[in-house]
Amino acid sequence: MQDLGSAFMAAIALVRDGDAGMLAILGLSLRVSLAALGIAAVVGLPLGALLAVARFPGRRAVVVALNALMGLPPVVAGLLIYLLLSRSGPLGSWGLLFTPGAMVIAQAVLVTPILAALSRGVLEALWEEYAEALRSFGAGPWRAVPTLLWDGRFALLTVLLAGFGRASAEVGAVILVGGNIEGFTRTMTTAIALETSKGDLPLALALGLVLMVIVLGVNALAQGLRDVALRRAG
Amino acid sequence: MVKRDLLLGLVLAGLALPAAAQERFITLASTTSTEQSGLFGHILPIFTRDSGIGVRVVALGTGQALDVGRRGDADVVLVHDRAAEERFAAEGYGGPRRGVMYNDFVLIGPAADPAGIAGTGDVAVALRRIAAQRAPFVSRGDRSGTHAAELRLWQEAGTDPVQGRGQWYREVGQGMGPALNTAAAQEAYLLSDRGTWLAFRNRQALRILVEGDRRLLNQYGVLAVSPQRHPGAKTREAQAFINWITGAAGQAAIAGYRIDGEQLFFPNAGEPG
Repeated sequence: MQDLGSAFMAAIALVRDGDAGMLAILGLSLRVSLAALGIAAVVGLPLGALLAVARFPGRRAVVVALNALMGLPPVVAGLLIYLLLSRSGPLGSWGLLFTPGAMVIAQAVLVTPILAALSRGVLEALWEEYAEALRSFGAGPWRAVPTLLWDGRFALLTVLLAGFGRASAEVGAVILVGGNIEGFTRTMTTAIALETSKGDLPLALALGLVLMVIVLGVNALAQGLRDVALRRAG
Repeated sequence: MVKRDLLLGLVLAGLALPAAAQERFITLASTTSTEQSGLFGHILPIFTRDSGIGVRVVALGTGQALDVGRRGDADVVLVHDRAAEERFAAEGYGGPRRGVMYNDFVLIGPAADPAGIAGTGDVAVALRRIAAQRAPFVSRGDRSGTHAAELRLWQEAGTDPVQGRGQWYREVGQGMGPALNTAAAQEAYLLSDRGTWLAFRNRQALRILVEGDRRLLNQYGVLAVSPQRHPGAKTREAQAFINWITGAAGQAAIAGYRIDGEQLFFPNAGEPG
């Protein structure tokens, strides 16, 4: 109980003092996770929409594979990216291992299946409602994808937030491909792992509390934007 | 459209991240003991200030750090397992090995000391008592330098702890910090480097029980990754770092690092060893 109490006090002190080291780590965490979410959205959302509307042989297999990949262990994704980006690996000449760029790639790999699989589910339901109308305009599956994505944008926000949650919370992939280098690739989650291993459990928990408050803030902001947009759309 | 531009911007921001960092740098694969004890936080800014070369530290166990060097993902390794370092150099991955500094290992255990090892001062006797009592012992089990030293000490004690595996001999397969956390929670014995122990905060009932035995010496060595093996290795910067840390300025910086007035690492680059 004493540890929990001192964790809360430490968390408050970290925020109150605007601890510069922590703010830099927090900034990197957000930049990496948002960049990964951006890449995953560009790839995953159209893929999900296409799977919702298109019918082709092997579609069910793709859907099952995507659903399974939502559970890809971060440490496995990290290991794959590590071996690809290692100087001894096929993409070694890029010099990306142990950089924030490598962390963005690893998290994008983790988040893309989540966005694709969840958006497929959301948009398939929407497609069942709209299919008739869209077809009567002569829109084929390919033409329907942008329309579906636009009409489903409010529901897709929740999908994006699920992806953001996965990215900002994971530690297994970023610690492998980023190396937890102080001032360069240390994120909130790797800092929490580090402080835990140094036995400073209150500081580790305090960092965790700060991270949770920030994630809560991002979610609240997204929800607020959605409400404003919904009202405008009337 | 706005959304798409936003996404594009995010992607570009993500890709631009690496470019923002310091231009001249080396990647140093090293041990958790040097990083978590705070030594690097004290000495590396001095090196960067004097040389203009940034140092990115990836802290792992010695075995893993050497593997990172073997794959060419670091330019320098600074570790503490002489046999493994010499193997690394003999295989042509880097070197020559240079000694840098030493500190010592300490045998830690619960204050209640069920195996009665406090005050023996002989680490082999202490380990034999722990094994005889089947008292809980936490091993790193991760091919780290500390793990290698522990296995060497068991051998010197003439005891094979593997027979107690899964019972009193508990291999956690993790870094020094997690091993200390586990030992604190289970009131177990373990071998730790003194630096990590001094910086460790969650000690609970753990105390130093055996120290000062000559066999507990913990020597650190440094090697540059071979540019013949890995043309991407930054040999000139790596050599500048090795010259610095084994030279007068680096050795003085190491000697100057203290926690609560206690010196953690003792420079000895000048000596054979």
